[in-house]
Amino acid sequence: MPRLAAKHPLPIRISHWLNVPVTAVMAWSGLLIYWAYDPYTIQVFGVVLVKFFPDWFYRALDLESGLATGMAYHFAFAWVFAVNGLFYAGYLVWSGEWRALVPTRRSFREAWHVVLHDLKLRKDPLPPGKFNAAQRFAYTGVVLMGAGAVVTGLAILKPTQLAWLTTMLGGYQFARLLHFALLIGFGLFVAVHLAQVAKAGWNNFRAMVAGFEVVPPPKETADAAGPAAPR
Amino acid sequence: MPPDPPPPVDVTPADARRRSRRAFAVWAAAGLAGLGGWKWLRSRDADDDIPWPLRQVHRFNERVGRTLFSPTHLAPEFPPADAREPKVNGRHGRPAEGAGPAAVRVDQPGHAARTFAPADMIAGLPRVEMTTELKRIEGWSQVVTWGGVRFADFAASLGTDAARHPFVGLGTADGVYDVGLDTPSAMHPQTLLCDRMNGESLPEPHGGPLRLVTAVKYGIKNIKWVGRISFRDDRPEDYWASRGYDWYAGL
Repeated sequence: MPRLAAKHPLPIRISHWLNVPVTAVMAWSGLLIYWAYDPYTIQVFGVVLVKFFPDWFYRALDLESGLATGMAYHFAFAWVFAVNGLFYAGYLVWSGEWRALVPTRRSFREAWHVVLHDLKLRKDPLPPGKFNAAQRFAYTGVVLMGAGAVVTGLAILKPTQLAWLTTMLGGYQFARLLHFALLIGFGLFVAVHLAQVAKAGWNNFRAMVAGFEVVPPPKETADAAGPAAPR
Repeated sequence: MPPDPPPPVDVTPADARRRSRRAFAVWAAAGLAGLGGWKWLRSRDADDDIPWPLRQVHRFNERVGRTLFSPTHLAPEFPPADAREPKVNGRHGRPAEGAGPAAVRVDQPGHAARTFAPADMIAGLPRVEMTTELKRIEGWSQVVTWGGVRFADFAASLGTDAARHPFVGLGTADGVYDVGLDTPSAMHPQTLLCDRMNGESLPEPHGGPLRLVTAVKYGIKNIKWVGRISFRDDRPEDYWASRGYDWYAGL
């Protein structure tokens, strides 16, 4: 018989799935805004390796000449993004779920184990737990990135009224660069996250939808037959 | 603290499938509802070029922005040595080459229209110089040294309590370009009627003889070639707000 065990509480699932379309709208509208002034590149010794973004990218995603549209959507959905983030963080704290998510002292060493394990360079199984150490870093990190997106966003939205914040973040243009860098960070997170979810399989994915996962039955033969373990 | 999660339960494979199907159906319905909401939003009638619910959010954000606003919140100032010439961007309402507006017309309800030569209307008022970052709505910015008089001082010099009206409209003489300001932003100490830039007379392409410069709004509100000023009780027309942008555009 399958055994079902609760994994992801409903508030976490609601927040997670609401965040998917909302962040997508924020990224899309953000790109509409960025298009209007798109100076960022990655250069090594003066050679441009990556230009954010090449013309074909804007054309393919229809991102040209939409500054007013982008601002209208961005400043509407930013509320949903921020409120959802507060709801998620508040629930983590209230429920104690944060303990499964935030890295611990052991996580540094274990995260390296996870990386080697995923690259198939190390065979021994990962320590049990809801999230492995690499997941703890990634998920805690992406929550902090979300908070960073809100804070850098406020700094470039109100650089006069919140001048202290803008100055603290290195000035108007640097805060804008940070805000953009976080978008690239979200893109990288999503790419790795999707690959890992695909690799982890159905049981793991279903848990984020239905809330439960199927767990192996207890080892009845050994435990039931032997004497009760001393306490 | 919430209750502890229920302990694992034994179920038949059919039961597990049924629970799983039900959960996916609920989330699929939620997804469809979200998609429906998105289609609804995208298809709303435009209010000044954007769907009206988004215009309403701009208005809501304006109320939040006005709450946050204070005349004591100042944009940072920079060393004058950092100042450069900004790119010439806005050309709307630019007068024929070399012919700046000869007069600025000032309107206020209950008062006869007054006209001033641009130089006369700021003569005798306290001179202010500030080196601030001009922020174009596209995201580009430039540190510039501006010289002129505070708009608040000009309004007070009229002697007609002009600042009691909640809005100020400014326009070019030909009426091609106009901006609307809320009066608190117009009276902010870093809102200037400006006739000098980077230590010289304000060049004509940058709005000479007289332009508005304000550190509490994007560049689109920093109108060049000011030809009309009206203190008013209704929300003034605004060139870019009628083309999809936020009317408030406050920094």
